[in-house]
Amino acid sequence: MGKKRLIDLMADLKEGEVYALVEELINSGTDPLKILDDARSAMEIVGKRFETEEYFIPDLVLAGEILKVISDRVKPFLKTEDDLQKKGKVLIGTVAGDIHDIGKDIVTFMLDVGGFEVLDLGINVPVPVFVEKIKEFQPRVVGLSGFLTLAFDSMKKTVEAIEEAGLRDQIKIMIGGGQMDDEVRKYARADAYGKDAAAAVNLCKQWIGGQAS
Amino acid sequence: MKTPEELYQQREKRVQDAIALRVPDRVPILVLFAFFPAKYCGMTIQELMYDPEKIFQAEWKTMIDFEPDMDNNPFGIRLLGPLLETLDFKPLKWPGHGVAANHTYQYIEGEYMKAEEYDHFLLDPTDFMIRRFWPRIMGGLSGLQQLPPLHNIISYYLGMPMGFRGFTQPEVKEALETLVKAGEKSLEIAAYSMRFSKEAREAGFPMQYGALCQAPFDTLTDFFRGMKGAMLDLYRRPEKVIQACEKLLPFMIEMALNGTRASGNPRVFIPIHWGLDNFMSREQFNRFFWPTLRDLMVTLIHEGLNPCPLWEGNCTTRLETIKDIPAGKACYAFEATDMVKAKEILGGTVCIRGNVPLSIIATGTPDQVRACCKKLIDTVAQGGGYIMDTSTGLDDAKPENVKALIDFTREYGVY
Repeated sequence: MGKKRLIDLMADLKEGEVYALVEELINSGTDPLKILDDARSAMEIVGKRFETEEYFIPDLVLAGEILKVISDRVKPFLKTEDDLQKKGKVLIGTVAGDIHDIGKDIVTFMLDVGGFEVLDLGINVPVPVFVEKIKEFQPRVVGLSGFLTLAFDSMKKTVEAIEEAGLRDQIKIMIGGGQMDDEVRKYARADAYGKDAAAAVNLCKQWIGGQAS
Repeated sequence: MKTPEELYQQREKRVQDAIALRVPDRVPILVLFAFFPAKYCGMTIQELMYDPEKIFQAEWKTMIDFEPDMDNNPFGIRLLGPLLETLDFKPLKWPGHGVAANHTYQYIEGEYMKAEEYDHFLLDPTDFMIRRFWPRIMGGLSGLQQLPPLHNIISYYLGMPMGFRGFTQPEVKEALETLVKAGEKSLEIAAYSMRFSKEAREAGFPMQYGALCQAPFDTLTDFFRGMKGAMLDLYRRPEKVIQACEKLLPFMIEMALNGTRASGNPRVFIPIHWGLDNFMSREQFNRFFWPTLRDLMVTLIHEGLNPCPLWEGNCTTRLETIKDIPAGKACYAFEATDMVKAKEILGGTVCIRGNVPLSIIATGTPDQVRACCKKLIDTVAQGGGYIMDTSTGLDDAKPENVKALIDFTREYGVY
């Protein structure tokens, strides 16, 4: 009871009704883990709708808010932090000199919801920090984000430093954001350019495993 | 050899012909040099943002060397350093204040108006701005939050007798002093701006734009609500969003009209930020973004002006919608929109502009640039109604690529 209803309501972004139903489910003793699972299933539908251009940024932002509210509401009832099997590690950051974060945050969110373990280094990430964190975190994919043309050279330098550190063969590098395109991908010698968050998720699925949709 | 005045007239006519959908003598060439002049003239961006003489020289040399059909007055939007410092302006990082000397200034997103403040904004936007918004985004004006609502000071017994007490507070006095200092900086910017336009005219270069304003939805999102706030508002308080856009609309019209009156130049620059394909659905665009932008553009057109939006990102799915304005009056610059489709749909209605990717201008070769320009001229410039330009403003461009774009179009773009 209520299971399908929660998934549907959340996937359709009926915010008020979702919260009311979650209260109802908690009060009737539903396993909080199940509520979270349903929320995740709903997020998968949201992700698919984003990919097929039925949903856009406002819808994604609202879905993220709903997920956050449900998680915060349900967490106190969880005995242990559930250890969901993550698909693989992705390191992400906005390159040196650029302080834009909106696109990067959306990609991070979509990857997280898509089941990847994401380490977000934030904005204006110096080249050596990328190298150091790759060594530490051992990601399979590195995502370089940038909005301005000044990011072209920062991306190039970051990839070069990764090459010099001997780490290039163990990772795939994707770029995205503002002025980026396939020309910049070539210039920076990255493996792929993704035009939006759905493209980034698909690249990670291709590279790390799982089925790209 | 043409005189500067003849060149001025020829260039002005070339662009006006393109906007009016007449066939000009050749494809007009306009470029937003942005911070490119710094790199080109061996100066840092920091120097350009602080030193009016340097920004003047750098923009001037770039204009003379590359010779586009029109230039862009750099003062209103680039000589910001001293003013930003005076005001302790917070939503921007600029060279020496959060970014390196050679990096462009960058805006910091924020919810500078809270969701629960919509009603205050709608009641009296100016009061909200002076007493809540300005103190929040400008440290130098934080004292203004201590003022009472000024709209309550009405006449000799209504609000006046005790109404001015707030102005004696030390923090308010400090803020008022800051305003006077900011006023001095504004005067300096205005003086240089007028000098630049005047001297450019004497040298034969019209200015691209005589005023600037924004789509009301962009103003609301960029400066007041921030991305996250505005996107959630579309669901949580859609009516307030529409009301706020309607409230901002006359301000945007006024800003454009005042600017064009002062400059005597009919072209109004309107950078478009949040209406793009990937940012909102077509329904959301049609409901929240387009109505007030259309009202803005149509009003300007009725005033005899030329609205010139720069549609950033990809707006291909918007083309059918944005076609709905009076023909031959506006110019739409496109960053990543499909230009062939744009020509197909907008061809008889709006002049289109731009689209040479900055990635090629910054990292490619002159041959690549020429190939790109050739393709644009061969396809979308046919029959007029097209202006050559890069996808958006130049910062990190290779000079030889900028030269290739301009020189090639000058020769190959003759009708």
